[in-house]
Amino acid sequence: MATGEPLIVLDSVNKWFGPLHVLDDVSLSVGRGEVVVVIGPSGSGKSTLCRTINRLEPINSGTITFDGQALPAEGKALAKLRSEVGMVFQSFNLFAHKTILENVTLGPIKVRKEKPAAARERGLALLDRVGIANQADKYPAQLSGGQQQRAAIARALAMQPKAMLFDEPTSALDPEMVGEVLDVMTSLARDGMTMVVVTHEMGFARHAANRVIFMADGKLVEDAAPTEFFANPRSERAKDFLSKILTH
Amino acid sequence: MDVFTDPENLDAFVSGFVWILKLTGASAVCALVIGVLLAAMRVSPVPVLRVFGAAWVNIFRNTPLTLVVFFCYFGLYATLGLSLSQELDVNIYWLGVIGLSTYTAAFVCEAVRSGINTVPTGQAEAARAIGLSFAQTLRIVVLPQAARSVIAPFGSILIALCKNATIVGTIGLVEASSVMKDLLNSYGNAVILIFLVFAGTFAALLIPTGYFFGWLANRLAVKR
Repeated sequence: MATGEPLIVLDSVNKWFGPLHVLDDVSLSVGRGEVVVVIGPSGSGKSTLCRTINRLEPINSGTITFDGQALPAEGKALAKLRSEVGMVFQSFNLFAHKTILENVTLGPIKVRKEKPAAARERGLALLDRVGIANQADKYPAQLSGGQQQRAAIARALAMQPKAMLFDEPTSALDPEMVGEVLDVMTSLARDGMTMVVVTHEMGFARHAANRVIFMADGKLVEDAAPTEFFANPRSERAKDFLSKILTH
Repeated sequence: MDVFTDPENLDAFVSGFVWILKLTGASAVCALVIGVLLAAMRVSPVPVLRVFGAAWVNIFRNTPLTLVVFFCYFGLYATLGLSLSQELDVNIYWLGVIGLSTYTAAFVCEAVRSGINTVPTGQAEAARAIGLSFAQTLRIVVLPQAARSVIAPFGSILIALCKNATIVGTIGLVEASSVMKDLLNSYGNAVILIFLVFAGTFAALLIPTGYFFGWLANRLAVKR
């Protein structure tokens, strides 16, 4: 649950892709240890929102603060900030030419300058935690989607991040593999990790989230506790969205 | 005496091809280094570097190599006084290497850049997301994956470079094509034979090169 000052604060953030207003005056704060799930129809700007937090997408106006500091625009300061924010992508993006273990130890060794032996030991422990320690020496292409995504989570955790961003982490997975990834995410949430999760997994939103954010057309439409949001959505847009996804 | 049994001719033939190989070797190394740096500039976030890289490519890719090599001799050496060795031969050789590598680097740059474009953007995003710098992202994540798709075009560039090396003959280095021209002048009765022997030697050097790069490209083909 949120305690003390918020870790991530977005204030009146605007972003355009050409004429398209993808983020329309979005303000949001995420407390330490809080799990915020972002849902909404496709094209609503939820992935973009997630990607602005580590500045993979620059914004046009507004401010984003992480751990009390405004996001640096570029250079070393930005790289340092990114190393403190873990990111998990829809398409895993494991380094294709490196083994699973090398994927996990690359950041600690190259960014944090950890000793390879120590990074390796911690990397193996992380792979064990996500249940794929026996795949350490394989290449990403040799793993199933679910295993690759768990490796990607381990890679992000290896940087000992202050927060984790998940950009539709289960959308590219076969249905039977969604569960194994959500299990890892749920255990992370339970351990107190601050998480921003863009997802279509309503089950995860219900049981693991502290708050649900509903976005539509670049606007942040609702911000509520999951029980409240799913039982009583206030806006027509959210009611319409929920009726479409929950009736099947 | 027959053209290819005269030891003097044979020596000229050998030394002509040795010059070609030396020009190719040194220029290939320089062009590779410069080309990769140019490609890094062209994809860098710094506008000045991007403009510099693009200018280099546009100027040297669209200028005939003969002009570039002439400029190295008449411009850099004769006018600006850039002398790289006391020995005439060696001086022209290095001027030739400058011309060939400047020109070839433009092609290497474009091959590397198209190779970089074959690496999914997610790879660079993931690298930046764990805090790697631009240079680290390029060096550790993007270029090793780009290299695999750049090997085959590199083979073609190297082959072209080797043949282009004959242009250094125009500024006075007695490389293979100059030797051939001399022999043609002296042995009017063996023109076809002389052509065939020189062309055959180039082919004998370059056909295996092409196959080698093809084999290397297959071996390193990226698994996804």
